[in-house]
Amino acid sequence: MKIIHCPINGPRPLQEFYFGGQFRPLADPAGESMSDSDWADYVFNRDGAPGVQKEWWYHTPSGTWFIAERDIVSDSFVRTYLFEGSEEGNHA
Amino acid sequence: MPYRLLKFGLSSEYPESRMFPEPGPLRDSYDVVIIGGGGHGLGAAYYLAKEHGITNVAVLEKGYLGRGGTGRNTAIVRSNYLTPQGAEFYQASVDLFQGLSRELDLNLFYSERGHFTMAHSQASLRTQRWRAEVNKQLGIDSELVTPAEIKQMVPEIDLQCGGDQPPIHGALYHPPGAIARHDAVAWGYARGAGQRGVEIHQQTAVTGIEVRDGAVCGVHTDKGFVKTQKVLSAVAGWTTSITEMVGLRTPLVIHPLQALVTEPLKPWLNHIVVSASLHLYVSQSSRGELVAGASLDPYELISMRSSLDFAEGTAGHLIDLFPMLGDIKVLRQWAGLCDMTPDFSPIMGTTPIEGFYLDAGWGTWGFKATPISGLTMAHTVATGQDHALIQPFNVSRFLDFKLVGEKGAASVGH
Repeated sequence: MKIIHCPINGPRPLQEFYFGGQFRPLADPAGESMSDSDWADYVFNRDGAPGVQKEWWYHTPSGTWFIAERDIVSDSFVRTYLFEGSEEGNHA
Repeated sequence: MPYRLLKFGLSSEYPESRMFPEPGPLRDSYDVVIIGGGGHGLGAAYYLAKEHGITNVAVLEKGYLGRGGTGRNTAIVRSNYLTPQGAEFYQASVDLFQGLSRELDLNLFYSERGHFTMAHSQASLRTQRWRAEVNKQLGIDSELVTPAEIKQMVPEIDLQCGGDQPPIHGALYHPPGAIARHDAVAWGYARGAGQRGVEIHQQTAVTGIEVRDGAVCGVHTDKGFVKTQKVLSAVAGWTTSITEMVGLRTPLVIHPLQALVTEPLKPWLNHIVVSASLHLYVSQSSRGELVAGASLDPYELISMRSSLDFAEGTAGHLIDLFPMLGDIKVLRQWAGLCDMTPDFSPIMGTTPIEGFYLDAGWGTWGFKATPISGLTMAHTVATGQDHALIQPFNVSRFLDFKLVGEKGAASVGH
């Protein structure tokens, strides 16, 4: 059974988690400075290439959203941590 | 063992010719380089040679022919899609499939079975009725059937689904739904292309694509550089690695999809049975094995590993539908890679990079599109213009907000 390390609850089985997609910070959340093509790129396009990517994961029983850095080829989790919501985090 | 094999095995000179000629080293340049030796890439090579007389073509495959999605799908062919664009495209593919054994002079074991999409709720039944009406309008043989009609055609089925799952309310029935021997499709196209002069290089990986002033000018491989002005990427689950080489952004994300076969049984299941609610599709191959597939794995992964979760889930749902299978053993299981698009339609045709053509976004629906993809991509590569059938599927649709929402795709819950 695959084990994922939840930042709040520690190691828990994969079945307790939900994959929330790639972590994709929006430089301009109000969208004021975004052109239609920037917006289309943000809405639809993804990185998708092999390597380590930042992702949202959700621990269902405890309702915890967190960030995971995971190698999407080997399926190994590099690290997991809570989203800080800082300016730096938003633009990481 | 076939007697022919014994005879050939004992002969000092093997008298049977190869399926396709073994190529020499890579040449310096080609008119067209096709990345990916699956059904789609080989189909495009075949039609480039046959329909357009372009034979200075190399197909580069990093593994062996049909190693990817071509040999890993559950071999279902159908055209009962929901959007007019999708239905028209897949119907053209079914039309080609029906004559393909003759065209390729190879028995593809194309077998029309009739295809059920079970509805386990009123909402699902409504979607199936919608699909049936769209299909009929487009001249595709498709009809809504009642539980009694299902039971008559598939007497072994448990309409109550064991009591733990929602019962079957009805189904979309598509009589032309068929299965085929998927490897043979790749081999047949490879032989036809090879006979016409196309070179097929297995064990040859593409490591980079040279783009100058917005146009393709060559391909780097692990066996050297080749010059070319036209590159067709037909690698499905590996597309994101190729698009990264040319700096093209797409919505593609890769998920595995798993399937299994059981031990062979005497023929009893004449039809193809699909249940989106149970995440299951099952048919009986001409060898007697039950071939069963599931829905996508729940998170992104570029790996063809298989999991116990899948085997447990799929076996459980098989027994929900067919309780008599309780003692049947699973023979083997595997995974294929699905390059998923947000609208469940493929990404095909020209791209902003001149000479770079994309045949991707094949998610869970690639095998059934093999012949028509080969034909339309060959046209697109030869003329530089998207074939009329694939214009709705160009990668530009995401920039123009013109998605083609295909809810009739396999393993898509709705």
